[in-house]
Amino acid sequence: MSPQRMETARVDALAAPLPELLRLEHVSKRFGGVQALDDVAFDIRQGEVVCLAGENGCGKSTLIKVISGVHPPEPGATIFFDGRPVHDLSPARARSLGIQVIWQDLALFPEMSVAENIAFERNLGGRPHLVHYDAMRKEAARILERLGVRIDLDKHVRELSIAQRQLVAIARALVADARLVFMDEPTASLSRAETEALLAIVRRLSGEGISVVFVSHRLAEVLDVASRVTVLRDGRLVGTFPAAGMTQAKLTELMTGRTFDHSVRPPAEMTTPPVIGVEALSRAGEYEDISFEVHAGEILGLTGRLGAGRTELALTLFGMTQPDSGRIVMNGRELQLRSNRDAIDAGIAYVSEDRLSLGLVQPQSIASNTTVAVLDRLVDRLGLLSPSRHRVLVDEWIGRLKVKIGHANDPVSTLSGGNQQRIVLAKWLATGPKFLILDCPTVGVDVGARAGIFEIVSELAKAGMAILLISDEIPEVYFNADRILHMRDGRIVESFVPSQTTIERMERAIHA
Amino acid sequence: MLERFGIGKTEGWLLLVIALICLFLSLTTDTFATLVNICDILNYSSVNIIFAAGLLVVLVAGGIDISFAVGASVVQYLAVSLLIWMGGGNWALGFALAIVIGFGLGALNAALIYHFRIISIIVTIATFNLFFGLLMFFTSGVSIYDLPDWLSRRVILFEHETSVGWAEITLPVLVMAVVVFATWLLLRRLTVGRQLFAMGDNTEGARRLGINLGAMHYLAYGWLGGCAGLAGLMQAHYAQEVVPNALYGRELEVLAAVVLGGARLGGGRGTLLGAILGLMLISITQNGLNLLGISPYAFRMIVGFIILVAISLSGERMGLLSIGRRHVKAAGASR
Repeated sequence: MSPQRMETARVDALAAPLPELLRLEHVSKRFGGVQALDDVAFDIRQGEVVCLAGENGCGKSTLIKVISGVHPPEPGATIFFDGRPVHDLSPARARSLGIQVIWQDLALFPEMSVAENIAFERNLGGRPHLVHYDAMRKEAARILERLGVRIDLDKHVRELSIAQRQLVAIARALVADARLVFMDEPTASLSRAETEALLAIVRRLSGEGISVVFVSHRLAEVLDVASRVTVLRDGRLVGTFPAAGMTQAKLTELMTGRTFDHSVRPPAEMTTPPVIGVEALSRAGEYEDISFEVHAGEILGLTGRLGAGRTELALTLFGMTQPDSGRIVMNGRELQLRSNRDAIDAGIAYVSEDRLSLGLVQPQSIASNTTVAVLDRLVDRLGLLSPSRHRVLVDEWIGRLKVKIGHANDPVSTLSGGNQQRIVLAKWLATGPKFLILDCPTVGVDVGARAGIFEIVSELAKAGMAILLISDEIPEVYFNADRILHMRDGRIVESFVPSQTTIERMERAIHA
Repeated sequence: MLERFGIGKTEGWLLLVIALICLFLSLTTDTFATLVNICDILNYSSVNIIFAAGLLVVLVAGGIDISFAVGASVVQYLAVSLLIWMGGGNWALGFALAIVIGFGLGALNAALIYHFRIISIIVTIATFNLFFGLLMFFTSGVSIYDLPDWLSRRVILFEHETSVGWAEITLPVLVMAVVVFATWLLLRRLTVGRQLFAMGDNTEGARRLGINLGAMHYLAYGWLGGCAGLAGLMQAHYAQEVVPNALYGRELEVLAAVVLGGARLGGGRGTLLGAILGLMLISITQNGLNLLGISPYAFRMIVGFIILVAISLSGERMGLLSIGRRHVKAAGASR
């Protein structure tokens, strides 16, 4: 269905309301001392797309788990499905009603074929029986056709891109005759084109009368596809609003309960000498002829589409890979980085994109994560780790970065995304870097928490650090960097100064 | 093209290496490429292939088991002692006892792993010591040489006289074929087998689909236990004696062969053909070293070397770089 036709369909829907599919009222849920949901209401019509918005920990996931039968709500809640009250909502019951959840981590089987993943339901059920691979293939092919997607049915899921995996997960939900599909952060790791394709499928489902609840951090796309937005904050319902007329700024305000001033960094004269300079750096197949300088106190933005070679460049600057040609000069001295140990010793720190798996040792304590990069500086005269120096350092950074923690010995996995990112920052700042590389520092971090992270970054720059900020979210570099380099196919093609351009002009240039 | 017959990269590579070794041994010895020798290799390998089939089921389901070989010794000793106590018994009773006792030992592992949520390698290292310790303690290391007649009489399924002696195929080969077929049926053709794969591939995903993880644990470890029981019985039959520590150490040999055949530690991936080929590669190498008159002490060293070379060339390395990228799986496998 084309976007124009969808537009009219939405208007029609408003004119003659579609029958209601699900209505929840007075839903509360406590976990021990935590009130995860407090008297929340939610409703959705047949074929409607509703966006569920809110920061991490606002109760979105709990609400999804109540609706999908995982957590029973506290007494007093009422749930109507198809106009009839539902009392005993278990996972099995929810599935039989046609409620399907596509979780953020997808729950697919990477070593199995696409066909088997989509039609895995056929392998379940009471008695063991023979597997009917042909029937599975046919069913999977039928569903993919219905979605208008082509994916090789015999490929292993591990060979697929994230976007394709998403489609496989959606297809699996449809096999089960879904009537209501929850998509938990479906676009978190998709490129713009992939997101567009996904949204087209959401519209298609909606056209077939399937209701979709879209949970998303990225606001713009949601406003594009949803007819209403339900906002939660701290477990309470802020309200449900028509999508038409909603703006990004307003939604952010509803989600966080705060207002943010959006202004670019004031233009600054760089009189200080460059901390780091890169001259004609090239590495075959990754990036080519890269030259730039970052001054003390400067935040240099680096943006471009996925696969432009940004992370590859960052890895070289951090000594993880070696360039084929070109020089890296730091404070006037040429650097030979044979490993990241060399880079750390030279005063370079790298906050990686993949916080969950690379940046933190999740089950270990907050304290040990903070100090893992500087253990050699925490030894006493005998060469043993000094607990007191350890504690002092941990307290210092947790205080300076205002990390909200219970106890420094709690595992890092107990922290929210924003606070985890602060711990990663603390870990690297403890090494005393002069040059800090931030690679997509806000992936999976809430809108509210993002502002906090950039406040820290701005202060670090003020204190004289040179910072390279890599991000594929244009507003992020636009509002937080002094200068922005645009990288495409491994080359730097353009340079922007935020105060001399607009965000729209940058978006056009980058997504052209 | 080859994929249609279940011959993936690992299997193809193993076939090639086995072919090269066979070619080399045929040219350098005059005893390797004889019917007598080939039948010997087959008879000798049967016990290990029965172990391998069972172990593959556990690996695919995301677990590991170190205890199965000493478990098989326990089964041997218990089953034969019971049979003697009952006055002899017969093949049907022997098979039934071996499977039931073996399944019981496997189920004990499953119970400890699933209900007490202990990592499988720790549980089975513990039960490995427990089984072996109890066996040695209660038997004082004494072997049983006086087996019932039916068990010590060799069952020959096929024989053929050649210029260098009799070529024979014996009962263990048939039992191996049955176990391999049953395991293939389980893993490839039965829905419960696919659920085992699913659990090994993405535990959390399997749980969310409502797969009964407890039942899957009992199935996987019980299956290996049953296979180990059969292997123990066959080994007693082949050796015509029950020596309490005869199978001690076999677990690592089999584990290495199955991993060589492409089964992934951590679950979700592995083929029966690969496991069998991995085992055959090691058996043929061992046989070849014997024929070439190389010291048996060199065998372990050479096997270790082959495994290292094979794993690093096969492209199935569990590369350090890929570990970080597997966070979805890591998060899913947290139970």
